[in-house]
Amino acid sequence: MKNLAIIILAIFVLSACSNSGKNAKEKSASSSKVTLTAAGATFPMPYYNMVFKAYTSETGTLLTYGGIGSGGGIRSLTDKVVDFGATDAYLNDEKLAEMPADVVHIPTVLGAVVIAYNLPGVEGLKLSNELLEKIFMGEITKWNDSQIAANNSGLSLPDKDIAVIHRSDGSGTTYIFSDYMSKISSKWADEVGKGKALQWPTGMGAKGNPGVAGTIKQTEGAIGYIGSEYAFAQKIQTALVQNSSGNYIEPSIASVSAAAKGEIPADTRVMLTNSDDPEAYPISGFTWIILYKDQNYNGRSKEQAMGTVQFLDWLVSAEAQGQAEKVHYAPLPDAAATKAKAILRSVKYGNEALLN
Amino acid sequence: MNSDKITKGVLLLSSFIILLVAGGMIYSLVQGSVPAFKNFGFKFIYSNIWNPTDGKENYGALPFIAGTIVTSIAALLISLPLSFSASLFLGEYYRGTKMAKVLGTMVDLLAGIPSIVYGLWGFYVLRPVLISFGLPNQGFGVFTASLILAIMIIPYATSLSNEIISMVPNELKEAAYSLGATKSEVIFNVVVPTARSGIIAGYILSFGRALGETMAVTMLIGNANIIPNSFFSTGNTMASVIANQFGEAEGLKLSSLIAIGLLLFLITGIINAIGKFIIKKMS
Repeated sequence: MKNLAIIILAIFVLSACSNSGKNAKEKSASSSKVTLTAAGATFPMPYYNMVFKAYTSETGTLLTYGGIGSGGGIRSLTDKVVDFGATDAYLNDEKLAEMPADVVHIPTVLGAVVIAYNLPGVEGLKLSNELLEKIFMGEITKWNDSQIAANNSGLSLPDKDIAVIHRSDGSGTTYIFSDYMSKISSKWADEVGKGKALQWPTGMGAKGNPGVAGTIKQTEGAIGYIGSEYAFAQKIQTALVQNSSGNYIEPSIASVSAAAKGEIPADTRVMLTNSDDPEAYPISGFTWIILYKDQNYNGRSKEQAMGTVQFLDWLVSAEAQGQAEKVHYAPLPDAAATKAKAILRSVKYGNEALLN
Repeated sequence: MNSDKITKGVLLLSSFIILLVAGGMIYSLVQGSVPAFKNFGFKFIYSNIWNPTDGKENYGALPFIAGTIVTSIAALLISLPLSFSASLFLGEYYRGTKMAKVLGTMVDLLAGIPSIVYGLWGFYVLRPVLISFGLPNQGFGVFTASLILAIMIIPYATSLSNEIISMVPNELKEAAYSLGATKSEVIFNVVVPTARSGIIAGYILSFGRALGETMAVTMLIGNANIIPNSFFSTGNTMASVIANQFGEAEGLKLSSLIAIGLLLFLITGIINAIGKFIIKKMS
């Protein structure tokens, strides 16, 4: 009997909660008619979740984001079921041509891929391009190999096997990593190449950033690559990587941001790996939002189109970018943000410009 | 309308729905895997290359077929002595005692543990133990995966065989005893032969479960897309490669993953058919 009373009480409380939730939704929807739907890459999700929420509480525009992967983001935009998609890899010319209409890319934030390792007491491991190639191709198999030692004088490296850990699932993180490896090593480019998933010459796979990080943490002598947003948040031990100027760079918000300081094309479709900037961490990259250049499709209203570009204009503004660091992403450098704003101004509704 | 007709209609409808679902699944698997088989032909089954890199795409399922079959057979062999003894213990030797009740509950409990929990336990507890015994590859690989699979299928094989063993008629056993047979003679000459087909059916069901197991295996096998060259080598299984890679897969890769799903479905079907055949022959 007592139990029954508690259950009834609980049902009342729950239904009251859901009612008040409904009311709140209706209220904000009436103050602004625009609801934006987006889906795509999981890599920038913590950042998007944070700023989308901030924008909703500021303007009343409702935003939903589905983290379904870059491929899913592109598919959703192709099927016109979202207002904009998100992807970690830009659409190449061939894929752009396959889209039903002109698509533009807006870079939103920068991330990096860090090289994590597990060697207790060994800090500040320096990896030259050659070492990176040989370790991940399985040619150096011991930590006390003379080639690693020669590059890391002062570190005492143990007589342990190197266990290479890579992603077992398809991932933008793997894409950025393999893109960089293909740039620094012709052997890698020939034998492995680049892609979201690879035919690995050595090592074993673990699922997702948490899987790779967890396996490395559990395994003395392990080395692998992890998305920076995860590695920074978890304070994982990372190696210094040699950039194109020959400097050994520790991955940090500043060194990742520096990767986008150089010349970038007007449409921002560029892989930033192996950047020319002497301060840049070399395994860095943009993540993009993609949308149709002509927002008048599928019977969308002008308000909807306006809401979309206004939000994206805010997303690349100093206000939103200033929050990126809180969730361990690198903000766009000014030049990149200016280019993003210029692209948004080219987005039209029919023949009318939306922003000026 | 009378109640008989209503019952008949409801039963007909629900069986038809099941038929429709099964048929739909087979159809979509076949349809989805057409591009892969068109591209690679039968080579898809015996090629050991799995290269998803853009521009060099080439897919073959052999590493995963090999990994699945090796881990499942190894798991069955490891679990066989344990579950067989446990079922004899529960169904015959200590039948109805408190001890058997406790053990029986534990076995049922093992069956209820979700596969991801087995994976976690394997990753954080079993693997470090195996490393300390000198297992290579940081404890990942076919052996560790088989061990976890064996523990996972023990409860299935045990409770099914236990059930069958307890069903052996008492008259048969009493007749053997009255002829002067010892307990072990009764078990191996009367109980086991009588329950034979049921016991085998239990093991075939367990084998089927081992074939399709995904999460725990993914966490322990090392996910290297190679044909395991030793019992301690890393590898990958059919279920695990699908779970890992379908998220970002498209085009030919997606079709290849669906084709692997179809092959897994066929293998499981063949195993079940073999099982049914054995049971029919023996009973």
